[in-house]
Amino acid sequence: MYKEIRLSGTGGQGLILAGLILAEAAGVYDGHEVIQTQSYGPEARGGASRAEVIISDNVIDFPKVTSPDIVLVMSQQACDRYGSQVKQGGIILVDDTNVSSLPTIEGASVVTLPITEIARHDVGRQVVANVVALGALVGVTDIATPKAMEQAILSRVPKGTEELNMKAFNVGLERGREARAKHETP
Amino acid sequence: MHSKTDTRLMQGNEACAEGAIAAGMRFFAGYPITPSTEIAEELAALLPKVGGKFLQMEDEIASISAVIGASLTGAKSMTATSGPGFSLKQESIGFAAIAEIPCVIVNVMRAGPSTGVPTAPSQADVMQARWGTHGDHPVVVLCPTSVAETYTLIVEAFNISERWRIPVIFLMDEVIAHMREKVTIPDSSQLRIVDRARPTCKPEDYLPFDADAGDGVVPPMADFGTGYRYHLTGLTHDKTGFPTGKRPEVDTLIRRLYSKMDKAKQEVTFVDEVLIEDADVAVFAYGITARAGAKAVRDARAEGISAGLVRTKTLWPFPDEHVERIASTVRAIVVPEMNMGQLVHEVERASKGKTKVVSLTRVDAEPISPDEILSALKEV
Amino acid sequence: MAKPITYYLRKDKMPHIWCEGCGHGIVLGAVLRAIDSLELDKNNVCVVSGIGCASRAPGYLDFDTLHTTHGRALAFATGIKMMKPKLNVIVLAGDGDLAAIGGNHLIHAARRNINLTTVCFNNSIYGMTSGQYSPMTPTGKMATTAPYGHIEEPFDLCDLVFAAGASFVGRGATYHARPLSRLIAKAISTDGFAFVEAISQCPTYFGRRNKMRNALAMLDWQKEHAVTTKAASKLSPEELADKFVIGELGTRTRPEYTKRYEDIIAAAAKETDDNV
Repeated sequence: MYKEIRLSGTGGQGLILAGLILAEAAGVYDGHEVIQTQSYGPEARGGASRAEVIISDNVIDFPKVTSPDIVLVMSQQACDRYGSQVKQGGIILVDDTNVSSLPTIEGASVVTLPITEIARHDVGRQVVANVVALGALVGVTDIATPKAMEQAILSRVPKGTEELNMKAFNVGLERGREARAKHETP
Repeated sequence: MHSKTDTRLMQGNEACAEGAIAAGMRFFAGYPITPSTEIAEELAALLPKVGGKFLQMEDEIASISAVIGASLTGAKSMTATSGPGFSLKQESIGFAAIAEIPCVIVNVMRAGPSTGVPTAPSQADVMQARWGTHGDHPVVVLCPTSVAETYTLIVEAFNISERWRIPVIFLMDEVIAHMREKVTIPDSSQLRIVDRARPTCKPEDYLPFDADAGDGVVPPMADFGTGYRYHLTGLTHDKTGFPTGKRPEVDTLIRRLYSKMDKAKQEVTFVDEVLIEDADVAVFAYGITARAGAKAVRDARAEGISAGLVRTKTLWPFPDEHVERIASTVRAIVVPEMNMGQLVHEVERASKGKTKVVSLTRVDAEPISPDEILSALKEV
Repeated sequence: MAKPITYYLRKDKMPHIWCEGCGHGIVLGAVLRAIDSLELDKNNVCVVSGIGCASRAPGYLDFDTLHTTHGRALAFATGIKMMKPKLNVIVLAGDGDLAAIGGNHLIHAARRNINLTTVCFNNSIYGMTSGQYSPMTPTGKMATTAPYGHIEEPFDLCDLVFAAGASFVGRGATYHARPLSRLIAKAISTDGFAFVEAISQCPTYFGRRNKMRNALAMLDWQKEHAVTTKAASKLSPEELADKFVIGELGTRTRPEYTKRYEDIIAAAAKETDDNV
């Protein structure tokens, strides 16, 4: 296996933490080779933000994502920039709470879910949209096992927020699986 | 420390901080600067747990100065910075070189000059790391290519600094510093830890800069506050440590200090050769660029090109012997660097005209990709 | 005084580099008398300096001594003190070194209130480089870089350092060598950052250009312009305008930095225990 995953959005959405959790789950708990990198601007909030994870069964030479298999976009800006950069046969997961103009790309699947909206209403806190997104991502792609994700989430989120974050993950996971089922049986 | 298991997802800067502690580092002084700040943040939390001390100083110069002061008491000491801060620290690095005070200076390279692109990678401080401070001086410069290697190589940085009483520059780049990889932390019993030689003579017999009291190159060093009562200065000095302007004594001092580069060379040269034996063309690279080089070489082999990789973790002293030997067996050496071409000049010099040396540069604050190197390998 | 001053000197390093009439030897003598009066063990004293005439002082002293880079003595001293808090760390440096290039370190060492003693050898001029104006050169005076008279105003260094947070500040003068020594002894005894400004004379580069032909004339000037804190309290600001006040100028009790750091170590140890 060799998969490149790009998580993109704006600063403050927690995407770098999301990348870290995904990498830790796949690497430390699922036992794959992983690398997580990031790119960010000077703004702590509001600027473009991008976290990337490579998961492989072999040693990973080059740490940067060059041709992603899976792309998460959580802002229109990120969608415009990265929405079309996906491998043939790849998957784009779009948070359509924040994205109105969807990517048009041939040879890749576009899955939409109102991730931020789900965080706000179904989980109760918009701040956990990143973990809802992780759940959805796993639900849609099986990129990591839910068990490993749970371990990584519990080791990385602030003390006292474990329950909230696990709720966010599980809600996202369920919605991701539903979306996948819907996508696969049109 | 986030997990109790030995295998962890670790950031480069985190590995740098924890490796330094494993090396015995107990004093850190620094100043916030992107992209090195996580090292300071990590050490602010970790050092007091091992009885060490962390200080955020008022500026970059104060940081390196406090580090040198702390080292004089016998404590292994370190600072970390990036381009602008590295420029500011240069004068005191020269002081550490002439007064022979062990210390490690981490520079996480970012795109410059000046403020440049603070959050983006670069490899453009290679020459500054060697020649940033004025005057002829010895300095060892190490450069890791992975997070795991950051952990073990920073330990070597301290070992070299202690053994040779020289400042060691630890050059990281923003990608290595910020990326996270799975690291299996070596057990402390697996690490070789070197401490500086201390005098065994009576205080009244101590000549602090008498190299003959040591191995002929490095004099034993007394900790301040242990009764040796000696003098240190940034002026050229004689064996007693007191200033001298006498020409033969100045000459002797500078030549002895400089000779550390040659004497230490074998011990401090860390070079990996990958698929070099049968290689027709070679990539010579360091830091993040060596990772792209590894992929390019793999891809080239898949396409039938006999490519090999020379990955150097020691930039200075430059590994002349490795390069000369390889230059005599390959048709060309491609030197990719995230600068306008710095170490390529050393590769050319060390190749002595025995092979074609090709510079591949990139200065748009993005890492060189494996494809760019592959193209260069196809062209040569 | 229990021991002769030569007990503290590296006699083989004499003669010193200072000019005839220079006040720095008097300040250094005051420092040594202070150390002697406190009966400090020579092995527990560390003297740190920067660059300049005053900064050559440590070389003559039989302690652990460190002659650093220009302006940075306090930063080096901070590293030493942090890792060996039991050492009495004394910084000796000139006015250019401490107030100009090292000004940032001076205010921050005071703000941290780290237990260092700093003695500023203030001769109002850069002597080592032959007479350029310093942050302590009075307005209107001549210097090689102020050939038409100096237009800047000097710092009140004691006010500055006290405002920054020092536990002790005071001013003395070479004419008043004994009180200066007592002031320095108090500074060394202070548990916190302590600063003494010692008014010194540079006949070679300051006096000569400013109508004070020799050291005697400069000492006479000190005698005429120095006012004790007690006398000063009875004078109006106008009467004090061309005077300088000597004595203890500020004391306060604040937590000392290296002791405060022990709180951090305790807190970190507690966190480690809690996680076990």
